[in-house]
Amino acid sequence: MNAVTARHPYIESLLKGYEMPRSGISWLNELRARALERANALKVPTLRDEEWRFTDIGPLTKAAFRPAAGAPRPAPANIAGYFVPEATVRLVFVNGTYAPELSATAGMPQGVVVGSLAASIAAHAGVIQPHLARHAGFEDEIFTALNTAYLRDGSFIWISRDRKLPAPVQLLHVSTQPESAAYPRCLVIAEAGAECTLIEDYVGLGDAVYFNDSVTEIVAGEGARVRHVRVQRESGGAFHIASCAAVLAKDAHYASHTVTFGARISRFNLNVLQQGEGVEVKLDGLALIAGRQLADTHTLMDHARPHGRCRQVHKCIVDGGAHAVFNGKILVRPGAQLTDSSQQSRSLLLSDRAHVDVKPQLEIFADDVKCAHGAAIGQLDAEQLFYLTSRGLSDSRARNLLTYAFAAEVIDRIPVPSLAERLKQTVLARTQAVA
Amino acid sequence: MIRGNAKMLLEVKGLRAKVGGAEIVKGLDLAVRAGEVHAIMGPNGSGKSTFAKALAGHPAYEVTGGTVAFDGKNLFEMTPEERARAGLFLGFQYPVEIPGVSNSAFLRLAYNTMRAARGRDELDPLEFDDYVREKMKLLEMDAAFLDRSVNEGFSGGEKKRNEILQMALLEPRLAILDETDSGLDIDALRVVANGVNRLATADNAVVLVTHYQRMLNYIVPDYVHVMGGGRIIRTGGKELALELETRGYDWTKVAA
Repeated sequence: MNAVTARHPYIESLLKGYEMPRSGISWLNELRARALERANALKVPTLRDEEWRFTDIGPLTKAAFRPAAGAPRPAPANIAGYFVPEATVRLVFVNGTYAPELSATAGMPQGVVVGSLAASIAAHAGVIQPHLARHAGFEDEIFTALNTAYLRDGSFIWISRDRKLPAPVQLLHVSTQPESAAYPRCLVIAEAGAECTLIEDYVGLGDAVYFNDSVTEIVAGEGARVRHVRVQRESGGAFHIASCAAVLAKDAHYASHTVTFGARISRFNLNVLQQGEGVEVKLDGLALIAGRQLADTHTLMDHARPHGRCRQVHKCIVDGGAHAVFNGKILVRPGAQLTDSSQQSRSLLLSDRAHVDVKPQLEIFADDVKCAHGAAIGQLDAEQLFYLTSRGLSDSRARNLLTYAFAAEVIDRIPVPSLAERLKQTVLARTQAVA
Repeated sequence: MIRGNAKMLLEVKGLRAKVGGAEIVKGLDLAVRAGEVHAIMGPNGSGKSTFAKALAGHPAYEVTGGTVAFDGKNLFEMTPEERARAGLFLGFQYPVEIPGVSNSAFLRLAYNTMRAARGRDELDPLEFDDYVREKMKLLEMDAAFLDRSVNEGFSGGEKKRNEILQMALLEPRLAILDETDSGLDIDALRVVANGVNRLATADNAVVLVTHYQRMLNYIVPDYVHVMGGGRIIRTGGKELALELETRGYDWTKVAA
């Protein structure tokens, strides 16, 4: 396979030394070849692209990243603090590579597969092939194309019909290697009536500058229930660009809880497609950033069928010279009658230099629907501050408490208690530093 | 109870205060000694609430003149939290809702802050829980109020009970209760007033800011002051409140 010459030196550097993995699976080879072609053909987005108009990824394109390889695995003791106790099943990836010795996959109930994609792909090709890279489109998305071109391994979760995972599954992605690029990949298939809770967790050890380009696909069958917690706590110098595509069949429930603390520049695209009637969707988002961080969340709730219900709350807490972006689109396609979809976005600016761009978009092509959106940007409430200080709390303690309270709405709904508690402590520690 | 030799808690001289650029308090004098209950009455806009908020240190209320000594110290050199820690308490006319902060966590934080300021050990959550439940009985409050967010979705009466609960926990030297009776039905008024009476001692003092006389049927004041035009224009005993009730406020202006 001869790669087409990349147009952008950045893509060229990312693809430098690219070798097509020798896999005996022809459909997978074709998929990667096609993705590589698109990665070479697509332009690197700039502020002139509508979908990237608030997010300058210039610093990312100036850094040179090589595919992660050869870094020593961290000792279990160094990452055990990130293990979520409720999650009895855990897949750990270090710099994008599956680390079985750090993972825990014993005791899987019948009808459930949780494991590395590479190890599963031959045995379960009939399940994987119809879905892998079919939902997270790479034709027009350069970072999804790159991820797919580099697709070697990842997480695979398959819950067969009416099976319920009794405990959450944690997918822990640990990055340790400076100047490396990794391409985490995840495929979740919850068949009709299946249930699971998934924790997708990105952690940076130390202060390394690295690049994670991640893609997740979630398929929820009829009446399936998927709870998806996504925690991005990359190192302060990292770049994190990620897409998640969730595809929902009739009466499926999907709840997404996205928490963004880390990375120098991060972008998360969440696309939820309602393919059947009567789905129930909850989308919670929280970004807590400071310094020179940039955190961009783009969501699309695509009501392609009638009787869909979605509740979305997105919150940003921005301090220092940080910059948060939220672009939330609700699309109600023709015929998607009786859609009930709402979106609330609230942003808290803690400094004069903090910046937020919020862009709600409603595109409605059906006439019997209920859709609403609201966006508010503000500072801490002076009356609340006075009330707390009038009870003896110091000004900084009062600010800390109110900032925490702002975040609590999103964190309290995370369905994994120990993780919610950990994240609460992180918010408190962060806001204490702020105050 | 009036005792001429009791300790002076609050001494206000010639206080002037502005809010939103307009001078509302225009030369107010008031002296409150330990053990006393004062009522400050007056029509809307006479400056009662501005006075209360200026004392507590609300940032929107600017003091433009006069002096206030609290327990012998210059009040205006203290931040709102320092005033609170020194024992000044404001019961809010409109208690603020704080979604996301549980009432129990807030009460414990405030209580422990005050304990620390007084050089006492903090209570842990379990110890505090026992303590606050005991205090809640005084105000006939259901324990369910502990789990809710601070004042969020509370009725008017529930908010006022929560204010007096805070007073019970913080044990202030001087409590200024701003329109604590407004929005209360007669049963709630009785409960709240009873709570205040139980908390009043020979060592502390209460200043009731109110438009109506009816709370004074339950909390009997030693002094009644009438405000008009940003000053105290008349001072009397509890019988002055009854006179106001029958004659209204207009005559006080004429007589002053």
